[in-house]
Amino acid sequence: MNSFTPPELITAFPEIFLAIMSLMLLMLGVAGKEEKHKTVSNFAALTLLLLAGAVYRFCHGSNLTFNDMFINDTFGAFMKVLVLIGSAVSVYMSTHYLERQRIMRFEYPVLIMFSTLGMMLMISAHDLISLYMGLELQSLPLYVLAAFQRDTVRSTEAGLKYFVLGALSSGMLLYGASLLYGYTGTTEFTHMANVLNGTGAVSLGVIVGMVLLLSGLAFKISAVPFHMWTPDVYEGAPTSVTAFFAIVPKIAALALITRVFMGPFGHIVHEWRQVIVFISVASMVLGAVAAVRQTNIKRLLAYSSIGNMGYALVGLVAASEEGVKAIMIFTAIYMVTSIGAFAVVLMMKQRDRMVENIYDLAGLGQTQPMLALAMTVMMFSMAGIPPLAGFFGKLFVFQAAINAHLYALSIIGVLTSVVAAYYYLRVIKVMYFDAASDDTLDRAEDRRLNGLLAVSALALVLFIIAPGPLLTTAQAAAQSLFAL
Amino acid sequence: MIEAVFFYVFATVLVLSAIGVITARNPVHSVLFLILAFFNAAGLFVMLGAEFIAMIMVIVYVGAVAVLFLFVVMMLDINFAELRKGMMKHAPVGALVGFALLAEFTWMFKSWSPSSAALNGVAQPIPDQAAISNTHALGEILYTQYVYLFQISGLILLVAMVGAITLTLRRRPDSRRQSVAGQISRRPEDVLKVEKITSGTGVF
Amino acid sequence: MMSSELLANYLPIVVFLGIATGLAVVMVLASLIVAKQKPDAEKVSPYECGFEPFDDARSKFDVRFYLVSILFIIFDLEVAFLFPWSITLGSTGVYGFWSMMIFLGVLTIGFIYEWRKGALDWE
Repeated sequence: MNSFTPPELITAFPEIFLAIMSLMLLMLGVAGKEEKHKTVSNFAALTLLLLAGAVYRFCHGSNLTFNDMFINDTFGAFMKVLVLIGSAVSVYMSTHYLERQRIMRFEYPVLIMFSTLGMMLMISAHDLISLYMGLELQSLPLYVLAAFQRDTVRSTEAGLKYFVLGALSSGMLLYGASLLYGYTGTTEFTHMANVLNGTGAVSLGVIVGMVLLLSGLAFKISAVPFHMWTPDVYEGAPTSVTAFFAIVPKIAALALITRVFMGPFGHIVHEWRQVIVFISVASMVLGAVAAVRQTNIKRLLAYSSIGNMGYALVGLVAASEEGVKAIMIFTAIYMVTSIGAFAVVLMMKQRDRMVENIYDLAGLGQTQPMLALAMTVMMFSMAGIPPLAGFFGKLFVFQAAINAHLYALSIIGVLTSVVAAYYYLRVIKVMYFDAASDDTLDRAEDRRLNGLLAVSALALVLFIIAPGPLLTTAQAAAQSLFAL
Repeated sequence: MIEAVFFYVFATVLVLSAIGVITARNPVHSVLFLILAFFNAAGLFVMLGAEFIAMIMVIVYVGAVAVLFLFVVMMLDINFAELRKGMMKHAPVGALVGFALLAEFTWMFKSWSPSSAALNGVAQPIPDQAAISNTHALGEILYTQYVYLFQISGLILLVAMVGAITLTLRRRPDSRRQSVAGQISRRPEDVLKVEKITSGTGVF
Repeated sequence: MMSSELLANYLPIVVFLGIATGLAVVMVLASLIVAKQKPDAEKVSPYECGFEPFDDARSKFDVRFYLVSILFIIFDLEVAFLFPWSITLGSTGVYGFWSMMIFLGVLTIGFIYEWRKGALDWE
């Protein structure tokens, strides 16, 4: 009765490979007498990195498979490469920290791999059901990771908060999805776009459904007003987990939002533009204002990431190929900057104890000039000071907004980034102009972190010399999203 | 007619027990109300013809999830009256948000109509109930058309398992583990000794 | 709505539920009516071997019970997937068979992990 043809598996090859590798590493972890967390961790980082290379090299064009629930296109490939690199780096740089905190277990890299798999499925989602399944596969390991340091109250509290609010956002997302299904009669994105394109006036149900869907997704990128969890979870979770949270999941969620709003909702831009404008402006303003008073560097970076998501959404408001391209470039640069910033945070130790206060950085300019210089590059880039890469990230986003005649939004964006520059520059001021207290930071000895910091700082500086590769790839990827 | 009666019975009890869940003073009563709510939801699913989901509702939700809830409620030494204190403070805001949502949804459902093109895109229309049962219809597509989602759900279950173990399992020195290799490699001569006992002397 | 003749299949269950509810109500009411009710403060207060109860009946117990029940739910869900599979294996064929085998394989890996970690050990 059913005419069933087996789906083409080659389209989803990276995901299948990652799933198999995660399962194998899980088995490797429990094989033998004692747990080999170091081997598993290194293998995980290597797998993710190699897979990033493979996706970059082989995933092009636009292919649907699994009953049109899964799409593999250049846009997805671009985002997947970012996610895979981010995850590989997170695994790579967390080993030392976790060992020092005595919480290293081989489940850590395995959970990161499963979460990464979920993110890849999110990026490739072409159906509301696969969107939700990917999202859950992504979130579930994150809840566990937030509570990974299970003997400290802060970490378990972070995990619980994240879980409860995450479950709430999943509920909203599902309710929105059911309304959309009720109206359009389909969960598949292409059909949905056709149905929504055909009707003149959009039903109220679609708008409510879309807003609920957006609420669920906005939670994942911690955009205002769904940001409440971010500072607490970032502060409470172990620092290496915070680094992972800041670097990777947001890329996937942003990619998913872009795909959903450019795809099925691409024809009803006028219906959602104001909502995204509100979220974007609120995130930018809150990210700039609330961070000013923070003294904990993890909280500061949490607010900074809220603000940065606001800038990324400006590109979405533009709702054009240029806007999507700007989102991608912005995300890539944001990822590199976050890697650098968190490498520094992971190095912040005094007499072998981790510290998190900004004022612990005082005098770093004299004691460790190279580290201070690298952190300066990160902060300048986040503040968007030319000629560093962060400036161009924001430039592209605002350019896209201006070309879409969104002048007010661009002006607000520029103003908030001026306010935000204050607290980035404050970090630099503390490093160079505040007198060092008795306790200065220990010398950074972790070779992995030093290496990553050097690479990301160089990447941000060198972007102006050779921006070509990133720009052309992003261009091609943005085109592929609109090709359908 | 009789169907309508059953629908209203199930629906009324469902709503009332749902209210019971959030108003009961004793958390154990809340969980029992929840179980009642699940049963009635299962009844509604049966009436819709979704018998598989109804049975899953009973097996998984009533049989496992609700029992786990009960477990947690019994296990955690939490003073629920203490927790409720803060709630009254935030109740007005909560009520306001609730009413706003209710108004919105009422407004929405008043003007609700599916798109005229909605039926064109239906991926898997529900087959005739008389010809093929709900469980059968699900089985026809779940493992083939929807193999992708099926496998991801397997992975999600696996992650749940890994997560639960990671967060709660502690190594205990006194837990008794079976050491198969140790058992097999024991040789009789290492552990057994034959003593010749002359009568009247004893071994020691 | 389902057609009436299919719903009629559920009639025994409805009868059963009716009897169960009726019996429960009768038992509660009967004890209220038949037995003598002369409550006073001492009679209705909780007691423990003749004393006032020392503390709450609820006490924290080991998180391992919780772990076991979580693991039970996971395998419960896994088994739930087997029902539709088993009745449609004839038409889903080899593909359906192997798709279930992969699903079970993934969870078997979970089971091996759980076993090796000692999550099922007790003392």
